[in-house]
Amino acid sequence: METLSFRKGVKDGLPICLGYISVSFAFGMMATQGGLPVWVALGISMTNLTSAGQVAGTNLILAGAGYAEIAITTFVINLRYFLMSLSLSQKVEDTMTGLQRWVLSFGVTDEIFAVAVQQKGAINARYFSGLILTPYCGWALGTFLGAAATGLLPASLRSALGIALYGMFLAIIIPPARGSRPVRAVVVLAGALSCLIAWTPGLSGLSGGWSIILCAVTASAFAAFRWPVAEESGEEGAAP
Amino acid sequence: MISYAYVLTGVLVMAAVTYVIRALPLAVFRRKISSRFFRSFLFYVPYAVLSAMTFPAILSSTASGWSAAAGLIAAILLAWFGRGLLTVALGSTAVVFVAERLLELFF
Repeated sequence: METLSFRKGVKDGLPICLGYISVSFAFGMMATQGGLPVWVALGISMTNLTSAGQVAGTNLILAGAGYAEIAITTFVINLRYFLMSLSLSQKVEDTMTGLQRWVLSFGVTDEIFAVAVQQKGAINARYFSGLILTPYCGWALGTFLGAAATGLLPASLRSALGIALYGMFLAIIIPPARGSRPVRAVVVLAGALSCLIAWTPGLSGLSGGWSIILCAVTASAFAAFRWPVAEESGEEGAAP
Repeated sequence: MISYAYVLTGVLVMAAVTYVIRALPLAVFRRKISSRFFRSFLFYVPYAVLSAMTFPAILSSTASGWSAAAGLIAAILLAWFGRGLLTVALGSTAVVFVAERLLELFF
């Protein structure tokens, strides 16, 4: 069995890193197009390290939303990390120190979690830190490149690239929706509710964050009630 | 003109909430969630969130609703047939770009 070294962590993190560069590139573009300076976009990526969570949060900030709305939206969107961290807490070595746990928990993302739980046996701090380091650098680098490139691109390309981030979201949710009826129901229900809220006079005043919360909680609760997941599969909600 | 105090506080709020969610179970609780309903709920949340964020926002993500609709259809088809993240994103971007050039030509 290959030992779980720092080096192996860095290596295992490389594919995640490459994926992150492209997603965060789109995020960086979105942030600077919305009017944020490059260093703020980079700062968001380096302190948050989430895709959907920081996109929604940044949109709310650009819209001038209140802090409570920003906090609750971020909370709901990132609630799944709670489950992943909980699962990882059973997977890390018992000897891992408190400080190591406090530091390394910052790097729990869907992809890093997915790779970490695939390892045989307990995870040590060396391997885990390597596994976080490469994707983290990719996330920051992509954001910087995307944010810096925005001003250099012609308007026609900027408009077309506006859809890139949503394209990635669809690439994450469509394949599992194709394979699983409950996931398909969740995707359709949440999307339909969201459209309903946006297009119904009176409801459309509801701002972005609250709308996402309402749609996501309703659709997820419905599916959890209708199709409860089996013991272990609940830990594989793989989306960044 | 943006207010840096507001923006940076907002970023701090996001970062703090996200960190607490990640750190508490790993550093403090170390227990398993026993509620099957809650585990199932958490399993479905990412899909619901991404779908609610995508629809209908994707339709206003480009210069015209028509080009965005073309890009949306392209993205759904590419994703349905199992293409990767990057292919889906760039494929839908390319379709939007072409659609907007066609719209310019004919309308």
